[in-house]
Amino acid sequence: MSKKTHVIEREKVVIRFSGDSGDGMQLTGMLFSDTAALFGNDLSTFPDYPAEIRAPQGTVGGVSGFQVHFGHSEINTPGDFSDVLVAMNPAAIKANAKWIKPGGTVIYDEGNFTEKNIEKAGYLKDPIKEEKLEDYNIIAAPISSMVKEALKDFGLDPKSVLRTKNMFALGMVYWLFDRDLKYTEDYFDKKFNNKPGIAEANKVALRAGYYYAETIEALTPVYKILPAEIAKGTYRNINGNTATAWGFLAAAEKAGLELFIGSYPITPATGILEELAARKDLGVKSFQAEDEIAGICTSLGASFAGNLAVTSTSGPGLALKSEAIGLAVMAELPIVIVDVQRGGPSTGLPTKTEQADLMQALYGRNGECPVVVIASSSPSDCFHFAFEAARIAVEHMTPVLLLSDSYLANGTEPWRIPKMEDLPKINPPFADKTKVPFLPYKRDAEKLARSWAIPGTPGLEHRIGGLEKTDKGTVSYVPENHELMVNLRAEKVEKVVNEIPDLKVFGSGSGNLLVVGWGGSYGYLLTAVRELQADGYDVSLVNFNFINPLPKNVRDIFKKFKKIVVCELNLGQFANYLRMKHQEFTYDQINKVQGIPFTINDIKEKCIKMLEGM
Amino acid sequence: MAEEIVSKYTAKDFKSDQEVRWCPGCGDHAILSSVQRALAELGIPKEKIAFISGIGCSSRFPYYMDTYGFHSIHGRASAIATGVKTANPELSVWQITGDGDALAIGGNHFIHAIRRNIDINIILFNNEIYGLTKGQYSPTSQKGLITKTSPYGTVEEPFSVGELVIGAKGKFFARTVDTNISLSTQIYTEAAKHNGTSVVEVLQNCVIFNDGIHDTVVAKEVRDDRTIVLKHGQPMIFGKDNDKGLILEGLKLKVVKLGENGITEKNLIIHDAQESNPGIQYMLANMRYPEYPVALGVIRAVPGLTYDKSVQEQLKEIKNKSKIKCMDDLLMSGSTWKVE
Repeated sequence: MSKKTHVIEREKVVIRFSGDSGDGMQLTGMLFSDTAALFGNDLSTFPDYPAEIRAPQGTVGGVSGFQVHFGHSEINTPGDFSDVLVAMNPAAIKANAKWIKPGGTVIYDEGNFTEKNIEKAGYLKDPIKEEKLEDYNIIAAPISSMVKEALKDFGLDPKSVLRTKNMFALGMVYWLFDRDLKYTEDYFDKKFNNKPGIAEANKVALRAGYYYAETIEALTPVYKILPAEIAKGTYRNINGNTATAWGFLAAAEKAGLELFIGSYPITPATGILEELAARKDLGVKSFQAEDEIAGICTSLGASFAGNLAVTSTSGPGLALKSEAIGLAVMAELPIVIVDVQRGGPSTGLPTKTEQADLMQALYGRNGECPVVVIASSSPSDCFHFAFEAARIAVEHMTPVLLLSDSYLANGTEPWRIPKMEDLPKINPPFADKTKVPFLPYKRDAEKLARSWAIPGTPGLEHRIGGLEKTDKGTVSYVPENHELMVNLRAEKVEKVVNEIPDLKVFGSGSGNLLVVGWGGSYGYLLTAVRELQADGYDVSLVNFNFINPLPKNVRDIFKKFKKIVVCELNLGQFANYLRMKHQEFTYDQINKVQGIPFTINDIKEKCIKMLEGM
Repeated sequence: MAEEIVSKYTAKDFKSDQEVRWCPGCGDHAILSSVQRALAELGIPKEKIAFISGIGCSSRFPYYMDTYGFHSIHGRASAIATGVKTANPELSVWQITGDGDALAIGGNHFIHAIRRNIDINIILFNNEIYGLTKGQYSPTSQKGLITKTSPYGTVEEPFSVGELVIGAKGKFFARTVDTNISLSTQIYTEAAKHNGTSVVEVLQNCVIFNDGIHDTVVAKEVRDDRTIVLKHGQPMIFGKDNDKGLILEGLKLKVVKLGENGITEKNLIIHDAQESNPGIQYMLANMRYPEYPVALGVIRAVPGLTYDKSVQEQLKEIKNKSKIKCMDDLLMSGSTWKVE
């Protein structure tokens, strides 16, 4: 019998897997992404999970989601609206209804749409009707009863049987997108090689879902996504936290230094500490500290002792580390502080994304206390910017604050794996053993960096500390000396500008509207600007990675545009920073503080309005 | 037999070119010279020594030592010293701290350094007052002490350093008096030789804000009768005429007079600093005058695995086992695919 289903070739599709936090949605999403990546799609993912590990079952607060955006052209965001929503319960509909594309597909588990669950999700009777989704492509699949039936001879307890529901749903989605089951089946064989029964049960549920979707033939239209045209090379999927951790590992190898990380677990930065803790094979000394302050202080001690030192945290932890960052500035020791930003202030929205720590990163310390500030802008470029942060910290003997965010940390995308031989060597400015006595605050003329005398080196014994010093390292309260040292420390950070690349313009380089972003909003802004350009609008984009110092060519770019709009997930911190640094320009703003990234539509609509008003 | 190292140093070699700025008559001067003597005796190469401090009068110490030194921020010296030692276990790492720095603002780092048993030597100058901020009460100030921030007397219970150290699973605790240079030198030497966190509490006098606070116990004319210097393997005997001792009566220590009620040296407890059960050491560390003499000397010194060694061993073991030997191996590990 021929397939009656209609195959549509689509460039990009967004799927969102959504269910209770115990439904295994993160795993389902990850398995799907890996399969898509192996097929050669470009993709971007975004896990969206509740702060509570297990919020009450069936409630909207407990909904855990995983969004995958994949396609055969370049993908820069996990997508705004989903083409397909997989909803394991009514609460998943409640949480996601407004994020489904008009006419999109909703697959839901009929068996879980009980009166009680419907009520818990805040519906009266029929979620589909109440959300006005009747005209959408709705597939009510009896997932719960089907897995019970498929696994009835497995001798598993009812709970374990129902745990395979996610694989049934995944099987259906694989059918929908014409994907091979092999990667997922191999995953279960590996994961449960001691429990072949569980591995088999998951595989049976997966296949049952796949065949069920085939049987009902209701899944029209079937989407066909071809492999993406991407550069030659070897690829892997990577998330921002892993990429950050690996960037530091690469920097340590290139610098010939041992890597030390002192950190305290905090969402969403913990992944960096976990990844490095696993890398004892590469000699990483990972230190889970008693608190955030000890995290940075142990790292600073390690830096004094000659290690490449990093500490990772999120906004509240950065607040606790500020005094020690001041010490690092004063002692002029290399250290990288990673802030994976989350919704604030205070505990705020710990699992959600925001870009509101910028001012804290730039200025959140006592005294004149400049540090280099760098922001990563995609999950995979976290590797590059972590490497650069470490390189600058070591070569310039300065703390570097590296900003990431929850969206980058947890999002994944395919990454073309670099070769270590292609990365630059890092040259620590070790003190010359023959030049004694060692003067700790003597600087090289070019960078103004002091040199690094590692304890253990004979003849270079010296003392440093948080008190103001002369260049000889003696404590000094002389007014002019203090001013001199404040200026030198500022100038040292300014001099990093000589080593950072020029800001790149996406677009014609001049015209009506320049969209300005920084850090993690890059993917959304780029996609929005490209779509606007394709529609004929005169708009360009710049996205900043180097925040302090700013690249040299900012003024040259800004002056070529009639209007500049700064887009960021806060109330305008970068816009205000630009107002201070480049006062001759006027800055419009697009801001969002909802704990979620921009949507491409948001940006496009607001840009169009601005352009129309010109 | 203990290793005999012939040191190439004298105490003078550890003096830096900085002028010592503590108040004349401050107990810190004597501590500085005892430490310099101990280091000369130990003979550890100068370049392998690092002094780490926090904030407070005592924390100026590193500036006066011709070794590597880091004068850091208030309370954090334990954490910084931990980082230094973990990064380079070859170094002899010393933390100089005070009762405020270690037990108030730095209390958390202090107990965790001890819990981990990281091989650092902590010298805690206990003058029961805040000196650098000019005379406020500290976590070790005796209840009722009148200070600038307790004009009507404190209503807080003080910490006992030894109690805290033992409670934090400390394996080395000793007590000395600032001006007793020979005892102090000997204790710092033993602290340095001990593998693991060594805490030495120094009863230190602040001439300006808390002058004579330890005098009831340590003044020349009374100290022999009001302190006991504990020596491992020796009976607990003290007094100007060596006529007093400690015995265990039931579950409590008791001061006895030799010769009275038929008590002889044989009845006295033999000090065992190496006993891992801290029961008696805990009581010794908490002895207070007038009921008891205050214990000086090495009260507890129990060998154990150190954090820094364990880290090194784990690194070695995992490096040997793992297939990942360099960054390129890691980059290519796991699921990858080729785009031709």
